[in-house]
Amino acid sequence: MTAAQSRTGKTLLYVPADAGALSLGAEALCRAIVSEATRREVDVQIVRNGSRGAYWLEPLVEVATAAGRIAYGPVSATDVPSLFDAGWLEGGAHRLRQGEPGSMPWFASQQRLTFARVGLIDPLSVTDYVNRDGYQGLRRALSLSPQELIETVTRSGLRGRGGAAFPTGIKWRTVLEQPAGQKYVTCNADEGDSGTFADRMLMEGDPLSLIEGMTIAGIATGATQGYIYLRAEYPDAHRILRQAIARAYEARYLGADVMGSGKRFDLEVRLGAGAYICGEETSMLESLEGRRGEVRVRPPLPAIKGLFGRPTIVNNVVTLATVPVIVHQGADFYAGYGAGKSRGTLPIQLAGNIKRGGLVERAFGLSLRELLYEYGGGSASGRPIRAVQIGGPLGAYVPASQFDTLIDYEALAGIGAMLGHGGIVAFDDTVDMARMARYAMEFCAIESCGKCTPCRIGSTRGVEIVERILAGEDPERQVAKLEELCEVMVQGSLCGLGGMAPFPVQSALKHFRGDFLARPRS
Amino acid sequence: MQTLSSEQRDVVSRIVAELKDRPGPLLEVLHAIQAALGYVPREVIPLVAEGLNLSRADVHGVVTFYHHFRDAEPGRHVVQVCRAESCQAVGGEALADHARKRLGVEFHESTPDGRFSLEPVYCLGNCACSPAVMIDGQLHGRVTPERFDALIAESGHIPEHSPEGP
Ligand SMILES: Cc1cc2nc3c(=O)[nH]c(=O)nc-3n(C[C@H](O)[C@H](O)[C@H](O)COP(=O)(O)O)c2cc1C
Ligand code: SF4
Ligand code: FES
Repeated sequence: MTAAQSRTGKTLLYVPADAGALSLGAEALCRAIVSEATRREVDVQIVRNGSRGAYWLEPLVEVATAAGRIAYGPVSATDVPSLFDAGWLEGGAHRLRQGEPGSMPWFASQQRLTFARVGLIDPLSVTDYVNRDGYQGLRRALSLSPQELIETVTRSGLRGRGGAAFPTGIKWRTVLEQPAGQKYVTCNADEGDSGTFADRMLMEGDPLSLIEGMTIAGIATGATQGYIYLRAEYPDAHRILRQAIARAYEARYLGADVMGSGKRFDLEVRLGAGAYICGEETSMLESLEGRRGEVRVRPPLPAIKGLFGRPTIVNNVVTLATVPVIVHQGADFYAGYGAGKSRGTLPIQLAGNIKRGGLVERAFGLSLRELLYEYGGGSASGRPIRAVQIGGPLGAYVPASQFDTLIDYEALAGIGAMLGHGGIVAFDDTVDMARMARYAMEFCAIESCGKCTPCRIGSTRGVEIVERILAGEDPERQVAKLEELCEVMVQGSLCGLGGMAPFPVQSALKHFRGDFLARPRS
Repeated sequence: MQTLSSEQRDVVSRIVAELKDRPGPLLEVLHAIQAALGYVPREVIPLVAEGLNLSRADVHGVVTFYHHFRDAEPGRHVVQVCRAESCQAVGGEALADHARKRLGVEFHESTPDGRFSLEPVYCLGNCACSPAVMIDGQLHGRVTPERFDALIAESGHIPEHSPEGP
């Protein structure tokens, strides 16, 4: 419902059920609002929306007033009586009043295509979803031939948002071209990278867009079964996804007769079990089959021989959830955003030591500086930002001197960095880059699937070497050894975990060498 | 080696019977066992292997591969502290040290009174609200040492740890 008042005449309040908002007390806040409203004998109805992604303002409550939605945040349970006193149900003035959320500069300057509905709607309401363009993409998809549909995705320029940035349409075409028979659509919701939470926000705030995207992928390739491989660390997303899938079945958007087309698409969620490597697509498929998440040797590609040996699409949550808007609005609409070969928009996640952490969806091509300072407001500590790590634990550290780099795949590759899943973690000038290098190696050692030696043994050796550096033992020689080891891991690892874990280490050595060399001997 | 109680055996047999016809069921079965028993006792391996027509070595290999499956009964409250980069950038390591001291255990250990288990976790997807902690499946953000103590004190009043999972 979008009207100022619900049908029953109660005032509508939006309180996010997003895990981040819950982590800051949104549940206790709901209880406080209900009990205060009861005490004052006013009728309110609470809608549990997703988060708009302005996490420094969470819990952000929005009141549906006659003049539109007015936001207050960050609200704690103890603020509730004073908010009622201030007349917040009519949008009254209060120190926490943020005004109309859509007109906050942080929000108004974003270009939300994938996240268009997140934070606005009740994620479990099919009606809300449909009222805001939901299922328009699937409707159009059902009127196109599979070739036309895949051509639309290809021409939009959409590239995988999970990390490898592979063109989505090309992957789909490979699956379509395989002989008829059982095919699968799998969604990679393992989101293991530190500094990333776009998948989680999307699944919690607009799960139907993912469900619709997967259904379109099924229609495009003849796959009739979908699986969402969700990390076990996301219990809230799990609950919401399962409810949303049930609602989609009830409304006949899933099942034997999708939108009356006679076409079948079934979908279920499977849980991971705390292994970072299971985000690598072949490891994820092994895990979905109920096995150890060991990386498969390629070829064959998953598109040819994937889940249970059948042709399989593997796409990230954000990739799949972007498909509906592309099919609905057309390839040119989407490709009209972006820079160079990076088309469309990217949901960027700002995290770490940053004043205004959260989700910024913008067309490719804004600078890191704009992102960190205009959206992020600089560091949370107020100290200078010394480095950012882009693209998760396998991503390079970028020093402040390179903050004018643009955010697109090629520009970042040009400075030896990668965008990955779009997470950016800021560190202020108290960071010890040698310690971060140690952590990169330790993380690789903990999460290695064990299949190849450079990764399994190399990472443990890497931890030992950095420890000697930290202790100030013959740093010049240890640094040389570390550089050699990184080279061996990059060259000799089967997959990106062992092959890219050296990137943060190498970039730290390149840009912050002093942190390694000038250490007092302990 | 402990033996399973007859109730535990029944639970496991029921889970296996219920899920065995699903495609690639092993992880689902292990999740259901951990949800019901709080951990995956190594003694269930023969039962699960037999029920799913797999070798014991296969099942053992899977159980031990995944960090999520515990091999011992956890404390009544499971405290997971995020140790990944975003949380490190805002005091996550100091918080981890504080958690160890406050609970008097190392990571992967339980308090002697069986009340708390302390586990590391590598990103909870709450990086815009770092540092993050999860207690019994409940996420907490911007956790200072003081807030950590308050959360621990509060969970003392919460009756029982409700196991996560499907
Ligand atoms: C070590 C490692 C971890 C990965 N983790 C994830 C992940 O958590 N989520 C994800 O979508 N892709 C992850 N990927 C990338 C996947 O292998 C794959 O490229 C992606 O899921 C394909 O979907 P996309 O084309 O939509 O990006 C990872 C890759 C590697 C090497
Ligand atoms: S690089 Fe590491 S994670 Fe990747 S296959 Fe080799 S051992 Fe496994
Ligand atoms: S790094 Fe701690 S929640 Fe993501």
